[in-house]
Amino acid sequence: MRALALAPEPPWEDVCALDDILPGTGVCALVAGRQVAIVRTGLALYAIGNFDPFSKAFVLSRGIVGDRGGIPKIASPIFKQSFDLRTGQCLDDSRVRVPTYEVRVERGRVLVHREPRPGEHHGA
Amino acid sequence: MTKRDLVVIGNGMVGHRFLDLLVESGHGDCWNIVTFSEEPRLAYDRVNLTSFLGGKTASELSLASPGRYRDAGVTVHVGDRAASIDRRRRQVTSEHGRSVPYHALVLATGSAPLVPAIPGREAQGCFVYRTIEDLEAIRAWAARVQTGAVIGGGLLGLEAAHALTRMGLGTHVVEFAPRLMSMQIDEGGGEILRAKIEALGVSVHTGKHTTQIVSEDGRVSELRFADGGGLVTEMVVFSAGISARDELARDCGLEIGERGGVVIDDRCRTSDPDILAIGECAHFRGRTYGLVGPGYQMARTAVSTLTGGDDRLGAFDMSTKLKLLGVDVASFGDAHATRPGSRVVSFTDSVAGIYKKLVVSADRQRLLGGVLVGEASSYAQLLSLTQAQVALPPHPEQLILPRMEGGAPPLPGVDALPEASTICTCQNVAKGTICRAICDRQLDSVAGVKSATGAGTGCGSCAPLLGELLAREMKRAGKAVTNHLCEHFSRTRQELHHLVRVQGIRSFDELIARHGRGSGCEICKPAAASILASTWNEHVLDDRHVGLQDTNDRFLANIQRDGSYSVVPRVPGGEITPEQLVALGRTARRFGLYSKITGAQRVDLFGARLEQLPAIWRELIAAGFESGHAYGKALRTVKSCVGSTWCRFGVQDSVSTAIRLENRYKGLRAPHKLKSAVSGCARECAEAQGKDFGVIATEKGYNLYLCGNGGMKPQHAQLFATDLDEETLVRYLDRFLMFYVRTADRLQRTAAWFNNLEGGIEYLRQVLIEDSLGICAELEADMARIVESYRCEWTATLEDPAKLARFRTFVNSPEPDPSLIRVKQRAQARPATWSEKAHLVEEAVP
Repeated sequence: MRALALAPEPPWEDVCALDDILPGTGVCALVAGRQVAIVRTGLALYAIGNFDPFSKAFVLSRGIVGDRGGIPKIASPIFKQSFDLRTGQCLDDSRVRVPTYEVRVERGRVLVHREPRPGEHHGA
Repeated sequence: MTKRDLVVIGNGMVGHRFLDLLVESGHGDCWNIVTFSEEPRLAYDRVNLTSFLGGKTASELSLASPGRYRDAGVTVHVGDRAASIDRRRRQVTSEHGRSVPYHALVLATGSAPLVPAIPGREAQGCFVYRTIEDLEAIRAWAARVQTGAVIGGGLLGLEAAHALTRMGLGTHVVEFAPRLMSMQIDEGGGEILRAKIEALGVSVHTGKHTTQIVSEDGRVSELRFADGGGLVTEMVVFSAGISARDELARDCGLEIGERGGVVIDDRCRTSDPDILAIGECAHFRGRTYGLVGPGYQMARTAVSTLTGGDDRLGAFDMSTKLKLLGVDVASFGDAHATRPGSRVVSFTDSVAGIYKKLVVSADRQRLLGGVLVGEASSYAQLLSLTQAQVALPPHPEQLILPRMEGGAPPLPGVDALPEASTICTCQNVAKGTICRAICDRQLDSVAGVKSATGAGTGCGSCAPLLGELLAREMKRAGKAVTNHLCEHFSRTRQELHHLVRVQGIRSFDELIARHGRGSGCEICKPAAASILASTWNEHVLDDRHVGLQDTNDRFLANIQRDGSYSVVPRVPGGEITPEQLVALGRTARRFGLYSKITGAQRVDLFGARLEQLPAIWRELIAAGFESGHAYGKALRTVKSCVGSTWCRFGVQDSVSTAIRLENRYKGLRAPHKLKSAVSGCARECAEAQGKDFGVIATEKGYNLYLCGNGGMKPQHAQLFATDLDEETLVRYLDRFLMFYVRTADRLQRTAAWFNNLEGGIEYLRQVLIEDSLGICAELEADMARIVESYRCEWTATLEDPAKLARFRTFVNSPEPDPSLIRVKQRAQARPATWSEKAHLVEEAVP
């Protein structure tokens, strides 16, 4: 579908209002056909892939948000592995990393970049 | 080697300890040992005599066994009193005519209760309180009367009063001094103690000098006081002090102290160096000692003297900590501030019934002693500070004031104590000894420390310090022991529950701001959510709670392996109408849900997508269902058999009872899930004995079983109470459930919780039936509040558009999750396996 696009799409997608995400929770957005977990901590907004490589289910946005030793993270609701929200790195298995997306807020709207940040990510 | 003859007169706690230490020292073989006991049994734990009434048997109290003595080569003459000592011929003659020679003789004859010379004291119904036989006589008499008076309001008198209340008597304490426990505590402490004891139904009469005991037909009927007053009573227990049993020593001409007791030197030698005296019968530095601690120290010194050692008696520590009638009372060091220049800081809370006093040195640098009444958890630490004489923090009053919010712990930790300081004063075990044992023997539990070092096996008040030392040493060795909730809270779930309740904390943000650090995690957030829910019962999806919930609670459904959910409506007691069955089937068919009967007499509907949940529940609620809380750490089902309504064997209507219990406790958030069952007869078809709380019908009512478990570690429930009527059953369950909710660790089922309760089922009975902690009314009130504020969580959610808005898979699209793919199996839908669907969803997986 992306290959057939005639005009280049703008690189950012408006997914929801900031107020749609309660601090300390996440939501899932469909961005360019991919599921992206957008997570709001007390202070910041992060976006990572919604796919949990351990359970192979699209669920990360439904995890519990918190920190480990100050690292902002979310725990998978299925088997509880934690992921660094800044880098996508799994904090319980150094071999696993999920993709991350740029995300920003403009006039109260949440914008997510259509492409994951370049860099390696690995499944379980 | 020729053996020498050793005779020990008296086999009480101290006499026994002496023999024990001698045998342990390896010098037992050098002696022919003979011991006499005038009581008809070997040594027993007299300190805990009152527990004999709580169901402990004489053999459970016993400290010694004939077999052990026999193995150690000790000849025991039980029930035979030593009658005379012939120092010239060096032999002891007994009442039964035995003559035994000695090279060395140890007197451990103890003391006798002092019966004041009050006219009329010979009346029937007058007793003393020292031996098991005394207690048996008191119990036999108590069975026929309603009231009893204890003369003497000291430590032993209050113990005796406790015994009388346990026998169900209207109990009075009559004390000559103006306050209770005048030896140990001061006026302020005495007032608080009095108030607390009176609140327990014991009448306290202080400043009363009993001048006459009036009797009718030879049976005691009244006490008369010097002030003209009187007190009607059918029983009198004298507990006005003790006097040393020094008659044998007197008769053979040993030196006797001014107010009684065999005079000894610092090596326990009497005026005849071949005769030693230990325990309550000994008089050292001007007085006798009625506590077991000094007695044990004398036993140790006597063994040293006999085996060529050089152990010497020093000053005795007369500190005590007891629970009298359930009230903590402790006194340590120079409690009466007798040292010149010493100063006092005190704190009184007459509402909570707490009194604390510290005696500090003139420069406020050293702790000299103190008194604690009503709350004595810091006793061991304060005692150690007194003994170690380490410098106090700048404001010593902080040591006894209630902890302020967020304040640092005022007591210097166990780290501040020098290695040589005594941690266990009963067994004289130093901090260094304990730390070495933990390290060398790789101990990992307080129980292990106790058995390896003996520390904590006396009064037990140093157990918290042992725990701290253990934690410290294990941490040093790189092992984890804390039961802190997680890195964000250095507290246990139980502590947090308490703080939430007493400080009125209503949100996680407030809780972590006041008592934690960081932003929380998947461990502390759901634990806090459960605590908040079981305290305030606000909707779990309220804005300030929703982020705390595990995904099951967050969407009020059970997440499955592919990220879809299952739905379980409540079917109380497993009773379901045909209309409801039809409605369930219709909903399952409409939404394509896989249907399965659960093990808990309900129906589970699988495969619901997140955004379908509200529509599914709208239908279910319209059909009369409500949330089954299968998603929560909460009550699941109260399973039942069909009971007496249909079953020819049933003796009670188990279905009605199960429905009543399920409807009462539904929605209660707990540390873990709760399962229950009611069986209509002893055939136990509902398997109630494998549940957290199970009920089995009897001809007369219901038997209640607690803390069973199926699952990974099956465990039979314990029989808690029998033949209960339904109201009592509900009352006990209210108390039990709230007590568990308050005190269990996170994710600790009732069975594991029970296994960690010291005192087991008997302790649970004391707390929940006899109300030994005085919290039953509070537990019931808490439960009543939860029951009253129950609302079906799904009904409330459907009424709230803001909550409903969160039930969508994508925040920016109404599309369903394309990864949820179904395959047909046995006429129903199951989730596709990863290999079946990977090619379909890989586009979505970057």
